[in-house]
Amino acid sequence: MTAQDLDALYQEIILDHYKNPHGKGLREPHEAEVHHVNPTCGDEVTLRVHLAEGRVEDVSYDSLGCSISQASASVLHDLLVGKSLDDAMAIHQDFLTLMQGKGLVEPDEDVLEDAIAFAGVAKFPARVKCALLSWMAWKDATAQAIAGGENQ
Amino acid sequence: MEGLLPELEVIRKDFPILERTLAGGMPLVYLDSANTSQKPQVVIDTMVDHLERHNANIARAMHQLGAESTEAFETARDKVAAFLGAPERDEVIFTKNASEALNLAATTLGLRGELQIGEGDEILITEMEHHSNIVPWQMLAERTGARLRWFGLTDDGRLDLSNVDELVNERTKVVSLTWVSNMLGTINPVADIARRAHSVGAIVMVDASQAAPQLPIDLAAMPVEERPDLLAFTGHKVVGPTGIGVLWGARAVLEALPPFLGGGEMIETVRMEGSTYAGIPHKFEAGTPPIVEAIGLGAAVEYLGHVGLDAVHLHEQTITAYALEGLQTVPGLTVLGPLDAASRGGAISFELEGVHPHDIAQVLDSRGVAVRAGHHCAKPAHARFGVQSSTRMSSYLYTTPGEIDALIEALHHTRSYFKVG
Repeated sequence: MTAQDLDALYQEIILDHYKNPHGKGLREPHEAEVHHVNPTCGDEVTLRVHLAEGRVEDVSYDSLGCSISQASASVLHDLLVGKSLDDAMAIHQDFLTLMQGKGLVEPDEDVLEDAIAFAGVAKFPARVKCALLSWMAWKDATAQAIAGGENQ
Repeated sequence: MEGLLPELEVIRKDFPILERTLAGGMPLVYLDSANTSQKPQVVIDTMVDHLERHNANIARAMHQLGAESTEAFETARDKVAAFLGAPERDEVIFTKNASEALNLAATTLGLRGELQIGEGDEILITEMEHHSNIVPWQMLAERTGARLRWFGLTDDGRLDLSNVDELVNERTKVVSLTWVSNMLGTINPVADIARRAHSVGAIVMVDASQAAPQLPIDLAAMPVEERPDLLAFTGHKVVGPTGIGVLWGARAVLEALPPFLGGGEMIETVRMEGSTYAGIPHKFEAGTPPIVEAIGLGAAVEYLGHVGLDAVHLHEQTITAYALEGLQTVPGLTVLGPLDAASRGGAISFELEGVHPHDIAQVLDSRGVAVRAGHHCAKPAHARFGVQSSTRMSSYLYTTPGEIDALIEALHHTRSYFKVG
């Protein structure tokens, strides 16, 4: 990996979110809480979702890990809180497509905003899991919250 | 620099991979040898030669190639026995790696037989073990109802022996510990612990995965009460190939243990009503073994023998001391484990304030410096020091002081890249 590749990986936006994460800390109320771990490196996230009337009211999290995994949780919070569930799911899918695109997918800045900075991460297979850790946790928690709501 | 291998440049030429460059034309600075070591040309050539000229199954092919292959495989066993100073060559069992060797012991100790562990018995390990010397014993404890206990660690990364009299007691049936920690680098007092364990009649198993590459081992020269009963190491960390490991065991213990895997080559005779088993080592080598890997391992330990393990050990200590000195010039860097090179091996794990190990490894990689980042399969040891993961540099007989300089320089660069301090 060259110095240029390194800069593509660590965009300023990513380093900014890493230094000053948005929405970090666990909050009430929440309908579901999950704990996800990346077994290869030990990065972990505890993530809660609060849904109300088909909207993502809050995503709160506590996490330990590298700059990529921390920044991606921060970006997730910015992108998904306040969105309708349908929109949030669509954004989730777009981020997933970007990360699994091996660097060949052109991200839509209107949809992904700061998350387009992760386009460079997609070229590093070892780091894709870091970027996806909180996103997978969000999907899991949201599914549990929805299932819990249906059972009531 | 005093203590380096006198022919370091010649040694480096034995390892073809050290000549390659990485992306951007960066020379390779390989500091991940505790993860896996690089291979000298003689190991590569020996394996290729076997595949090109002598390939056949062993111990069953009644033709010239079969005889040559069997001869090469069994000669590899002799070489490994010589490397360990094993009292007997038949005490050397080939496995696929150190994990399999440890699992072989932990599994068969739970099977019916004179050494069977059961409820009320205790298994003693340590908090600094690699997962492969923790999980098999947890599984044994679960299967048998035995109790798993462990030595804790002191703040400077050594075994806490303050409660040794309580931990090693008449219920202790097996004590399994690493000789050299893969995370902290600590060299453990194996002889002392073996002596204590033997005094209560326990079996002593040593994980020598990190010791075998860098410490001279002479089992036959150890007083029998200080000698482990079982010892495991893996081929790929001693400049050999992957896919091959070794379990050495004292004949009496190996004979008392029931077989591990059943199948071809491990039997004496098979009838539908039941079978009888071959003697050691074959009793524990069911199926066609990794033949060319064993032969490669033979070449590897012979190579290390020619360089001399005393010289390798001195080289490692010299490089480790130089690295510890250099690491201390990096602001915000904390070394995990003992700080004096004499009581540790060549793996040094550290934390750098404000930068996650993953990110450190990534920036170092952009400078051609290969290290490991993560929990190094030693999560409990990390938890003991309140860290989730660490960065680890590990040297070997081909490591130069210049490569350590490159690491230190790259660490300073990492700090400025992440704008720390």
